[in-house]
Amino acid sequence: MMHTLRLRALSRRTALGALVAAAGLLALPGLSTGARAADDVFIPNIVELSGAGAVSGTNWRDGIILAVEELNAKGGILGKKLNVPHLDTQSDASIARAQVQKVMDDKPYVILGPVFSGSVLVTMTQAQQNEIPEIVGGEAAAITQKGNPFVFRTSFGQQASMPKIANYIRDGLKAKSVAVLWVNNDFGKGGRDNFMKEMQARDIKVVADVSTESGQVDFAADVVKLKNANADAVFVYTNEEESARFLKEARKQSLKGAMIGETTLLSQKVIELAGDAANGVKGHVGLSADAPVASLNEFGQKFKKRFNYANDHNAIKGYTAIYMIKAVTEKIGKFDSQAFAKALHGMTITPDKEPGILMEATWDQNGDIDRASFLGEVVNGQQKIVEVLPKIGK
Amino acid sequence: MSSVLQLLASGLATGAIYALIAVGFSLLWQTSQTINFAQGEFVMVPAFFVLVAMNLGLPFPVAALVGIVVAALVLGVLFKHVIVDPMLRHGVLPLVVATIALSLFMREAVKDFYSAQAQPFPSLVADRDITIFGTVFSAQSLTVIAVAVVVVAALHGFLSHTRLGRMMQATAQNPSVARILGIPVERMILYTFLINAVLCAVASILISPIYLAKFTNGETLGLAAFVAAVIGGFNQARGAMLGGVLLGVLDNLCAAYVSAQYRAAVPLLLLVVIILFRPQGILGRAEERTV
Repeated sequence: MMHTLRLRALSRRTALGALVAAAGLLALPGLSTGARAADDVFIPNIVELSGAGAVSGTNWRDGIILAVEELNAKGGILGKKLNVPHLDTQSDASIARAQVQKVMDDKPYVILGPVFSGSVLVTMTQAQQNEIPEIVGGEAAAITQKGNPFVFRTSFGQQASMPKIANYIRDGLKAKSVAVLWVNNDFGKGGRDNFMKEMQARDIKVVADVSTESGQVDFAADVVKLKNANADAVFVYTNEEESARFLKEARKQSLKGAMIGETTLLSQKVIELAGDAANGVKGHVGLSADAPVASLNEFGQKFKKRFNYANDHNAIKGYTAIYMIKAVTEKIGKFDSQAFAKALHGMTITPDKEPGILMEATWDQNGDIDRASFLGEVVNGQQKIVEVLPKIGK
Repeated sequence: MSSVLQLLASGLATGAIYALIAVGFSLLWQTSQTINFAQGEFVMVPAFFVLVAMNLGLPFPVAALVGIVVAALVLGVLFKHVIVDPMLRHGVLPLVVATIALSLFMREAVKDFYSAQAQPFPSLVADRDITIFGTVFSAQSLTVIAVAVVVVAALHGFLSHTRLGRMMQATAQNPSVARILGIPVERMILYTFLINAVLCAVASILISPIYLAKFTNGETLGLAAFVAAVIGGFNQARGAMLGGVLLGVLDNLCAAYVSAQYRAAVPLLLLVVIILFRPQGILGRAEERTV
């Protein structure tokens, strides 16, 4: 009995020791968010690497990896190498918030990500409180409408992209009625609200308004609702995997009417997942490796060689985010987070001065980006760009 | 009317897949008192076996067969010997906890060793329309229903009309008496695990072209199978079948005519109603156990 008690006491002490050791290890800043060298620049990437946003997040991360490898091979920025750990939000806003809180202890220069608008909306206040610029992939209109001077986009906000889509539906398709299918999260809701406003302004009737859930797998009932609406065009605004599942179901049930999307619906991953069901999809594309722009094509080839898959727009967003940091930092000549945020408002970066930016881009006082974009369609399993739309400011 | 029929066809197709999974769930319970909370992951994983086989250069039909065989070995034989046999000696609850742990392990393993992203999965038939009495149905939905009906009918025929099947039924009804009658009970239980694994693999091949192959697929499917089995009757394979079909049809009709947002709540609501008013399930029989 005594022997047993002693053993139990020992094991409790051992367990306690192990716990203390584990806590100590976790508390070491270098180990918690990636080992730190004294002369590197800490730029953590907080992004969706699993869950519903895994497709977007993985592309975003790989674009960043490619740019960081290129820059570090050339000596980094202002002679300092970039230290960019990738932390998974699991597509969950509360985890994204916890990850941002965690990296704040290590005093980042800039934060990259997230891509999901819901996660951006909860993390951008932390960035503002700590006065650290946050370069995000989210597209919800609300992100840049809150007066946060530390948040910057890498793609169009919905308030910029929806008018382009609306014009295309009115002038290109000459549609009189439209049905909308959207994902019920911050991204989808913001897109749906902006789209509705643009349709109303152009006197196009919205005959069905179908909300779906993030991560939804069965779209049979939604397609039946859209079929009953019998619209000239169906506007689909969901994330990649849901878009692909929807397109497959729409093809299965022979849904009529032009299928229209904004960037995501025409992305490489959706085309890969939906297969033939993606053929015929049309819409606005913010960024594409298939656009008639040499720098984007070269990027697409480099990316495929490095990662062995075709990139989508999120990879371009991640890649250009790093070169945006380079251009701004070289302009201010130091690693100063507040000076970075001030300098980027109203700044234009051109490919002749910074080739890694790929296309000329301008950031306004809200952190919104202005850049040329494209109209495209999916033909024989390939995204085909049919028209280049100039920058809004031109 | 045409819409209702199309919804019914889609619901039946989904329900038929739920039924396959729920039948396996129910068979495991009947023969070995195993409540497998990793059943959803048992449906998710075979799709990746098939994809790996295809990546090795095998054509889809051969890869599908390879997937079924590997599933039978890993999710049938290995599962029984490594997890169920050692845990069941300690009662049902430790086994339940072990299967929950297994489901998490399988999910994370697929995410880490294959991909966190959804993967395209080939369909058994090409997408095309089939018109029946003026209503257009998808060939894919009709194929899913047909395959599920054939599999369930074959299983029913095997269990009812073969000596081996009757020995398995005897084992399920009373293992002690079956042992006295000279039935190799352990082997019969192993066969049940094999059947469950094959049913899960078939369900995986049918559902993955629609859901896409993804490590999270098991969450939805496992819950649906569990609810279907309880609704239909946990101790009756035909009850589990009915529960699966009912669930699939109800889910689609609710999403279209009640609320898409609350569709996930409908099966759970039905589960509560069944537990309150008919705890043995629609076709289940009340059991008394000595404790």
